[in-house]
Amino acid sequence: MGRLSLRVVALGYLTLILIGPLAMMVWRTAEDLDGAWAAITDPDTVAAFELTLKVAAIAVAVNTVFGIVCALVIVRGNIRGRGLLNAFIDLPLALSPVIVGFALIALYGVNGWFGWFQRNGFEILFATPGIVLATIFVTLPFVAREVVPTLREIGTEQEQAAQTLGASGWQTFWRITLPSIRWAVVYGVVLTTARAIGEFGAVALVSGNIAGQTQTATLRVEDAYQFAYGNYAPAYGISFVLAATAILILVLMIVLQPKGTRH
Amino acid sequence: MTTFLLVIVVLPIAAVIWKSTGNGWAGFWEVVSSPQAVAALKLTLVISTLAVLTTAVFGTVIAWVLVRDSFRGKSVVNAIIDLPFALPTIVAGLVIMALYGPRTPLDVTIGSFHVDADVTFTRGAIYVALLFVTLPFVVRTVQPVLIELDRELEDAAKSLGAGGFTTFRRIVLPAILPGILSGVAMAFARAVGEIGAIVLIAGNLPFKTEVASIHLFYRIEQDPEGSAAIAVVLLAISFGVLLGIGGLRWFVTRHERG
Repeated sequence: MGRLSLRVVALGYLTLILIGPLAMMVWRTAEDLDGAWAAITDPDTVAAFELTLKVAAIAVAVNTVFGIVCALVIVRGNIRGRGLLNAFIDLPLALSPVIVGFALIALYGVNGWFGWFQRNGFEILFATPGIVLATIFVTLPFVAREVVPTLREIGTEQEQAAQTLGASGWQTFWRITLPSIRWAVVYGVVLTTARAIGEFGAVALVSGNIAGQTQTATLRVEDAYQFAYGNYAPAYGISFVLAATAILILVLMIVLQPKGTRH
Repeated sequence: MTTFLLVIVVLPIAAVIWKSTGNGWAGFWEVVSSPQAVAALKLTLVISTLAVLTTAVFGTVIAWVLVRDSFRGKSVVNAIIDLPFALPTIVAGLVIMALYGPRTPLDVTIGSFHVDADVTFTRGAIYVALLFVTLPFVVRTVQPVLIELDRELEDAAKSLGAGGFTTFRRIVLPAILPGILSGVAMAFARAVGEIGAIVLIAGNLPFKTEVASIHLFYRIEQDPEGSAAIAVVLLAISFGVLLGIGGLRWFVTRHERG
């Protein structure tokens, strides 16, 4: 096939699967702007976005620290089971979100091994802690996966030089290692944020889905769809905000990419 | 860190596996071999395979065009490939519904002949949704290999009289095949576990449009032990895929390791 026909095939496919549907979604939102706006400014929707952002912030903070430590262990550590950890870190990417949510129910449910919390008023399931745990689980690999290749690439020469000159482990980390991996960390944080905001399946199972309290933005979209009764403006309106956020995140990724050591 | 991994990942999964043993082996088998569960698993595997094969073919073409072709707006096209990664899956479902749902503009009526692209509540909806969410996987694993690929080999093949297709099959394809396969494996794992993009538009009719993850989703509350059995089957598929990717990595780097 010639160059031109391949280009037509590639762009045609992208139009049918990606660009067309996205443009149509914007069009559907625009069809009933008042309905969409009313849904977006509804107090329960605002509360849902606040919860989503809060949960995403916690998940990002936790997984940034964990991701950096994990990458250091995989690349620099000399403990046994490094290879296992490297394979294990991808597990959340290969699991269904439904299994993640179910696993948390099995562990923290009243009959679970950690059922003590739920039985004694420290609610984990159907409350914010459950949503946070589910989000941390599904976003676990992103920072580590970005940092690992960068750590491999920068090598250990500078770190060794710093240590020869008398720097402590902490000093070496703060002055040498962290500055050289910072763009990989930032990129991982951006990916983590996108996934945390967008998580649906795992959160749907553990959140309780009470409007204004334990309903995240993606659950709000599902709610708006289920109770649409033919009026999809609210669902499209809230989706539009989420899609705009995703596109913003995508733009951030493009801006950040050339500064990192990724090719 | 070990404690963190244990509490966040290992213990919850162990708890599900433990729960699946609650009704004994016979109970486990009864649930997993029940007609509705079998139908859901079969539908999931067949439709995920079809979708991932489609993604593999078109993903490779898109990667090729992005690396070797040049046209205006290429960088924009390159950027939006990642959109399915960044977009919440539930929104992906609505995005698909906007074009392939009720009142679709892809609608042809000629006399009494009428055909339109409204696929909601059919298996077609699941297929299209899976094409959407798996799109970036193959593109993003093949693209870096194509960029690194030495073009002299291709020129040599051509100067020796090989046609475009022969050059692709004998020179390019062997080089990018590991990339295609690892992309396919990740896409397959993703497709098998997908719920957000499917749940709104598939209708979730048992025996017809109910995939395994959604079957599991609606069953958990009424029947935790039985649901755990289905979860273990899905877990086994995920572990299989991860092992496959690990094996592939090991095979590809066999020369470097000597």
